[in-house]
Amino acid sequence: MNDMPRTLPAATIPALSLEAASVVHRGQTLLKPLTLTLDGYQRILVMGPNGAGKSLLLRLAHGLLAPSTGRVHWHGRPPRQAMVFQRPVLLRRSALDNLTYALAVHGVPWRSRKSLAREALARFGLAPLEKRPARVLSGGEQQRLALARAWLLNPEVLFLDEPTAALDPASMRAVEEAVRDFHALGTRIVMTTHDLNQARRLADEVVLLHEGQLVEHSAAERFFAAPASPTSRAFLEGALVW
Amino acid sequence: MTVSDNAFSTALALILGLDDTLLGIVALSLRVSLTAVLIAALLALPLGAALALWRFPGRSAIIVVLNSFMGLPPVVAGLTVYLLLSRAGPLGEFGLLFTPSAMVVAQVILILPIIAALTRQQVEELHGEYREQLQSLGLSRRRMMPTLLWDARFGLLTVVLAGFGRASAEVGAVMIVGGNIDGVTRMMTTAIVLETSKGNLPLALGLGIVLLGLVTLINAGAYVMGETARRRLG
Amino acid sequence: MPKAGLALAALGLMGLSLGATAQDEARFITLASTTSTENSGLFDAIIPQFTDASDIEVRVVAVGTGQAFEIARRGDADSLLVHDTAGEERFVAEGYGTERADVMANDFVILGPGDDPAGIRDAETVEEALSRIAEAEAPFASRGDDSGTHRAELHLWEAAGVAPGGEWYRELGSGMGPTLNTAAGMDAYVMADRATWVAFDNRQNLELLFEGDEALFNQYGSVRIDPERHPHLKHDLAEQWHDWLLSDEGQQAIADFTVKGQQLFFPNAK
Repeated sequence: MNDMPRTLPAATIPALSLEAASVVHRGQTLLKPLTLTLDGYQRILVMGPNGAGKSLLLRLAHGLLAPSTGRVHWHGRPPRQAMVFQRPVLLRRSALDNLTYALAVHGVPWRSRKSLAREALARFGLAPLEKRPARVLSGGEQQRLALARAWLLNPEVLFLDEPTAALDPASMRAVEEAVRDFHALGTRIVMTTHDLNQARRLADEVVLLHEGQLVEHSAAERFFAAPASPTSRAFLEGALVW
Repeated sequence: MTVSDNAFSTALALILGLDDTLLGIVALSLRVSLTAVLIAALLALPLGAALALWRFPGRSAIIVVLNSFMGLPPVVAGLTVYLLLSRAGPLGEFGLLFTPSAMVVAQVILILPIIAALTRQQVEELHGEYREQLQSLGLSRRRMMPTLLWDARFGLLTVVLAGFGRASAEVGAVMIVGGNIDGVTRMMTTAIVLETSKGNLPLALGLGIVLLGLVTLINAGAYVMGETARRRLG
Repeated sequence: MPKAGLALAALGLMGLSLGATAQDEARFITLASTTSTENSGLFDAIIPQFTDASDIEVRVVAVGTGQAFEIARRGDADSLLVHDTAGEERFVAEGYGTERADVMANDFVILGPGDDPAGIRDAETVEEALSRIAEAEAPFASRGDDSGTHRAELHLWEAAGVAPGGEWYRELGSGMGPTLNTAAGMDAYVMADRATWVAFDNRQNLELLFEGDEALFNQYGSVRIDPERHPHLKHDLAEQWHDWLLSDEGQQAIADFTVKGQQLFFPNAK
């Protein structure tokens, strides 16, 4: 699968820093001031029980959300980014047109759009479905289409928000496979999950959030072998209410 | 023998007879209302989408005004256009009063608020669903507009049809600004009023049935088109 | 709204689809007239004859007399043909028109339910007929729209010494046709011009109960609009129309117009 010509990042991907960034909505603090730096070609898994603020952290990082206090900034130029959501947002068009649309948005000349889009469909096993309306595809197919769309954008940083939460095991494996492919080609992965096993399979680094607060940010082996805080231990033992 | 029995046979005779005068009236009605819908849609779709996407001072006021103008009495719209287009009015020199153009202007004023207000609702709803994805793709609000309008197209088709319905059913405004001139500005609805005032109720109702049939035909066509596409695209 | 914006909008509209209609240099005049003349079919009968002779199309905007005066006052019609002699003279006196001329006449008639509850059938004069309606408090449908017919009706009540009002007197604020429809529906007395009545189809119980009093005389006049006040109007063409109406051909055309074998308008140009 790695024979597709893709440009590896010429330089290192800029680091992303959150400095005392918080999210307050209607007087409620959803994410407490948080300081964190995401760097390197790592697969960073953001974990925590429901309501811990994982999705908010991802949206802050991707720039979908402005911090209420503090700041979020890239060290240097902002890299090419893409995001895959838990429930893929697909346009009311065919699978192929969803991909050519993303290419058009990114200024790819129309002549090459279709062939690029077809390559991406083939890579994610969607070639036979190219004419099907995107919104009648199954959940797993929709998520793969969303991944194909992200793939076409050739991101240096890929954000995934619980991409497998609503999928069957086969589709989940396909998504994890895709995440490995992205990473193998030099993409930094920032992904939320509440699935411990998935985190064990994929993570290079783990960020653990609990009740809108950063609990721990450490290398995966260390996190799973010797969690630094009691909260982390409780989380690993499944003692935190999800 | 009742008026309505008569009306159905009159309507049938009108349709089968393909009377030249009737065809002229039908053609004018369609031309005026379709032109009005086209112009109103060209203005109101972007306006509605802009109101859905941008927050600015005065936005709520515009929305309230649009919503209340959805119920603008046609006669008031007609009177306003009459005063504007009258020789003594600010646009008098164009000589548009008592022409089909004047009727188009009046109908545009009547249906623009409907299309704009309903477009805003539809686009706002869709924007809620698409916002993060489109933002993630790096789209500015301006570039989101065509995408949202296109993806809302099935709902917007209904919105535009609602506008067409109001335009083609309306009589108060076109009566005042068109003058119901035989062969020039006589439309289906004004002809119905005229025949009613002559006490020729079967013919009036017959014309009404023809009008209803036409509007139904157009709506059915649009519905079938929309449903087919909707089913195809999910 | 700034005038320039409005002008732009209007220009855009004209350019879009309707330029042909708006800018047509065809020879036509716009005539403001009353519903009675239009509804009776008079114009359908006489205008083609004028158009044949002069190559001028006449576009009729048929409204109540009050609205017709207003349209003409604002310069939206090239000519005026109404039936309110006093109003026409005032229109000329106020400087909107240059002259008015008698064209034709018909008469008003009083209609009512066939069983004639107020018993006006054998009244001697119209004043007597109206007084009986008022005494009986029988429903009476009035135009109530400041039209020529409405003004004439009010004069007749005044002459009869009755101030109409109360439950039985119903001002409808409608044209002649709608008023007849309503009167037929509620078995009311009503005054109408003979032309509209003869051409009217939805009579139900309505019958002609009183006619022939000289006071019911209904004079139509043609008014020429003042060129100085409204220089943009087609005064040359309007003058041809005005002159034709008063000419032998025009007067003959009016006399020849019949509905159901009945002559409705009696030419009386001087």
